[in-house]
Amino acid sequence: MIINHPLLGPRDSSEFTYLGDATLINRPDWQAEDAAEAFYEYGYVRDNPAGKHQELWFHEAGDRSWLVVTRDTTTHEISKVELARDVARARGRSK
Amino acid sequence: MTQNNRLSGGQIDRNTTVNFRFDNRNYTAHPGDTLASALLANDVRLIGRSFKYHRPRGLLTAGSEEPNGIVELRSGNRQEPNTRATTTEMFDGLEAQSQNRWPSLKFDALGVNDLFSNFLSAGFYYKTFMWPTAFWEKVYEPIIRRAAGLGSLSMEADPDEYDKGFRHCDLLIIGAGPSGLMAALTAGRAGADVILADEDFRFGGRLNSETFSVGDQSANDWAAQAVAELSSMPNVRLMARTTVIGAFDHGIYGAVERTGDHVATLPAGKPRQILWRIYTKKALLCAGSTERPIAFENNDRPGIMMASALRTYANRFAATASQRVAIFTNNDDGHRTAADLHAKGVHICAVIDVRKDAPVNYDYEVLSGAQVVNTKGRLGLTFVEVALPDGSTRTLECGALGVSGGWNPNVHLTCHQRGRPVWNDDLAAFVPGSNLPVGLSVAGAANGLMSTYGALQSGAEGAAAALELKDVRPDLPEAEDTPIAQKPFWYVEGCKRAWLDQQNDVTVKDVKLSYQEGFRSVEHLKRYTTLGMATDQGKTSNISALAIMAEVAGKTIPETGTTIFRPPYTPVPISTFAGRMKGQEFHPTRLTPSHYWAKERGAVFVEVGNWLRAQWFPLPGETHWRESVDREVRQTRASVGVCDCTTLGKIDVQGADAADFLNRVYANGFAKLAVRKTRYGLMLREDGMVMDDGTAARLAEDHFVVTTTTANAVNVYRHMEFVRQCLFPDMDVQLISTTESWAQYAVAGPNSRKLLQKIVDPEFDISNDAFPFMGCGNITVCGGLRARLFRISFSGELAFEIAVPSRYGDALMRRLMADGEDFDVVPYGTEALGVMRIEKGHAAGNELNGTTTALNLGLGKMVSKKKDSIGSTLSEREALVEPDVLRLVGIKPVSPEEKVTAGGHLMNTAGPVDAAHDQGYVTSAAYSPILNSNIGLGLLKDGANRMGEKMRLVSPLTDLTVEVEIVSAHFVDPEGERLRA
Repeated sequence: MIINHPLLGPRDSSEFTYLGDATLINRPDWQAEDAAEAFYEYGYVRDNPAGKHQELWFHEAGDRSWLVVTRDTTTHEISKVELARDVARARGRSK
Repeated sequence: MTQNNRLSGGQIDRNTTVNFRFDNRNYTAHPGDTLASALLANDVRLIGRSFKYHRPRGLLTAGSEEPNGIVELRSGNRQEPNTRATTTEMFDGLEAQSQNRWPSLKFDALGVNDLFSNFLSAGFYYKTFMWPTAFWEKVYEPIIRRAAGLGSLSMEADPDEYDKGFRHCDLLIIGAGPSGLMAALTAGRAGADVILADEDFRFGGRLNSETFSVGDQSANDWAAQAVAELSSMPNVRLMARTTVIGAFDHGIYGAVERTGDHVATLPAGKPRQILWRIYTKKALLCAGSTERPIAFENNDRPGIMMASALRTYANRFAATASQRVAIFTNNDDGHRTAADLHAKGVHICAVIDVRKDAPVNYDYEVLSGAQVVNTKGRLGLTFVEVALPDGSTRTLECGALGVSGGWNPNVHLTCHQRGRPVWNDDLAAFVPGSNLPVGLSVAGAANGLMSTYGALQSGAEGAAAALELKDVRPDLPEAEDTPIAQKPFWYVEGCKRAWLDQQNDVTVKDVKLSYQEGFRSVEHLKRYTTLGMATDQGKTSNISALAIMAEVAGKTIPETGTTIFRPPYTPVPISTFAGRMKGQEFHPTRLTPSHYWAKERGAVFVEVGNWLRAQWFPLPGETHWRESVDREVRQTRASVGVCDCTTLGKIDVQGADAADFLNRVYANGFAKLAVRKTRYGLMLREDGMVMDDGTAARLAEDHFVVTTTTANAVNVYRHMEFVRQCLFPDMDVQLISTTESWAQYAVAGPNSRKLLQKIVDPEFDISNDAFPFMGCGNITVCGGLRARLFRISFSGELAFEIAVPSRYGDALMRRLMADGEDFDVVPYGTEALGVMRIEKGHAAGNELNGTTTALNLGLGKMVSKKKDSIGSTLSEREALVEPDVLRLVGIKPVSPEEKVTAGGHLMNTAGPVDAAHDQGYVTSAAYSPILNSNIGLGLLKDGANRMGEKMRLVSPLTDLTVEVEIVSAHFVDPEGERLRA
């Protein structure tokens, strides 16, 4: 596969390591009432879609960017590649 | 031996004669031959024995689809089994042997299998070898393996090099027949970067096998001229002997180039084969088509071949399987073979055409509406029995029979991304479907355009479309443009044994039987009969089997469906996939800066990940590793020892939010850590399990140096970047791995400070008051060399770790050894390091095994509840904090000389020894030369409250039971007085 890195252009997938579902960005608030339940869901409960899937890839043999790659799990078509940091900020994460 | 069956003409170099050996007999051939054509020219029809029934077999085809002509190439450690004689390029000194026969090809003892064929029908493995179960592994399987053998392995390491490489292009053209050549000319002339790959050593495809003309030239001259023009283009790369084996995601193709299989001796340093990864913008499949057989009684005798193969052997290789040939066909193409062979002077006994309206010919007899119903000839065809339309039979004496059942487009690569071919009624064949791999299009016969002109035209148009070339109207030469009409004719009725898959010995009857027994899906048919599962992947048999299955099911072929084609297109040796990644080069080896010093000292090395670390340093006279390790431990604890700990991961953490960041990744707090202080850090995974441990030294308000374990260096860095970029994207913090930038050494023992004082520059005070336990700082050593000093201890002794830029690592180690002579300094390796950390009760890799929590390791109090850190919430899950969870304990045998075994389990002194009564297990074990006892660390249920308890340490696998006592994990200096000295 080829991942079109937003900073570096098309790179072979062998330069990357795969982590998983990009919902891992949505880490719950540790002080929330339901923190235990929320962390359990965050850690263990995932969708397994046949189709478009947002997932985290790390450019380990490259610039060490974490990327959010939108990939169709049935065709491997990649429709979007974003810096995970930008995605995290867009989802309201900060410090 | 003379080449009795050599004809005139052909694209072989008759001026040169080469010698080759087959089954230990000498033969001659010419450059341009394949092993197969050379054997035919030498009147050798019998090439091998079949897989299951050991029936004599010869060549069926002239290409890579060959199911029968499978041989072993070369000898000794270069022997390669299961290669196709039809694609083996001839050279002087070629050696080959037939396979699957004993004692000889002409007399094969296992030929008796053929007599018992009634018992060996479809699914016979499943039906016959069911009982008793124990017989399978010990009796049945070894016998079947020996009997149903393919080629044999040399059992020696392959001495040749194999390599891997990467290429890029605008357009990859797969196949260099008429469509591929025309596509390459079109794209090349337009200036595109083109790769043209073909599995053959000679470009041209079918053009090399035909007698018709292209333009005003012969077909093969036109091909040669096209190749000459392409060779002159700097933007076109021609890859002969290169099979494109698979179409992968995003326009990436795998290809195997056979760079060294056609020479007797590989030039030094050159690889035998190269596995290419080709990155393409577009690709055009011009793979042509494969002729399919008709099944009839005893259709597998040597001499019965595809009609197009006979034509290829005659026209391209100037060889024939026999001087007397008959043709059995259901289409006009079979007649073309008869005409070409006749023109070469081969006697055509008859053309047997199943059609009542077969074209007539005045040069030889044509039997219209006739069928071949049987054949004779034990080791090679002698007679063909023909049923005539009037019901009579006629026997023809011939040595070869060409069979033509029509042509199947080579759609394989179009299916590699799960695309399915579609049935075309006009061609009575599958053609590529619409769901092609991204960027791939198909031209020529592979796309169902069976005429030469159609191939040329679609090649040109395909290249122009792929590259979006406008107004390109290539000048197409005139060529044969016969319309193709194929009416399917799959098999002759009433046969007992008509072969479909000759490589796996599957007959028409087997296919019908499997349907009767309930295997309705083609995927089940394939697995039950093993049809199409041999190394040829059923290239000549799949479609016919499918058609027969459809017929017995009363369905159409499209309703029946196809099995899926998967890479590789043709078999690839494992060595080619391995490339250079074998032996020492299987993975990279990382050496520390003082590696060569350690080697000079005679160190024994151990692999830790990719690193080589000194395990111990034997002295002359020491005969057992324990002597060396015990000495290293004693000397370190008595005076001073030095250990290379460069391999520990080092991560530089800088920025205004650095302390805050570490607070998140470590379970324990870092915000209040003072500058010039170091702290042990415990890192959890988000699920609450321990991920890694290490130290973080605060060199400045906004600058920390973090260490990780050697094994986890990569994972921890990745994790910290995840936390930084994905969870807290606005933190002002930067990370960089500095593992390889600094050489780091532990200097441990009561004299460690005295030794370091000899090299640390005098302006830096490292006394206990000025540089206390857990202190750290930037210093200089040896007169101005920048260094970092940490007062941390893994051994439990007064100890430091000192780091210098990598290039000074070797010099620093030598200096420490020289300056340490006064103190009887000792270098110690990972074994002594391990012994000392077990004596001190420090957890390491064996304890941080991915299933342990901080509480398990006795570090539960470190997990701060006052802040947000990774893993802290889930570490409190009920099951992880139950009162009797596993706790880290020390284990001491009641008799000190008895061994503590890591992996052994702890059981109460009385009661059953089983999983239900398991109390815990030993994680680490060593002999302590300080305590003069074997000792261990382990995880024990409610261990903190079981000090002094006697238990049984058991290992049922090795029949071991040792009486042990549970003690504190801190065997040495439990109060930590030495650390602070």
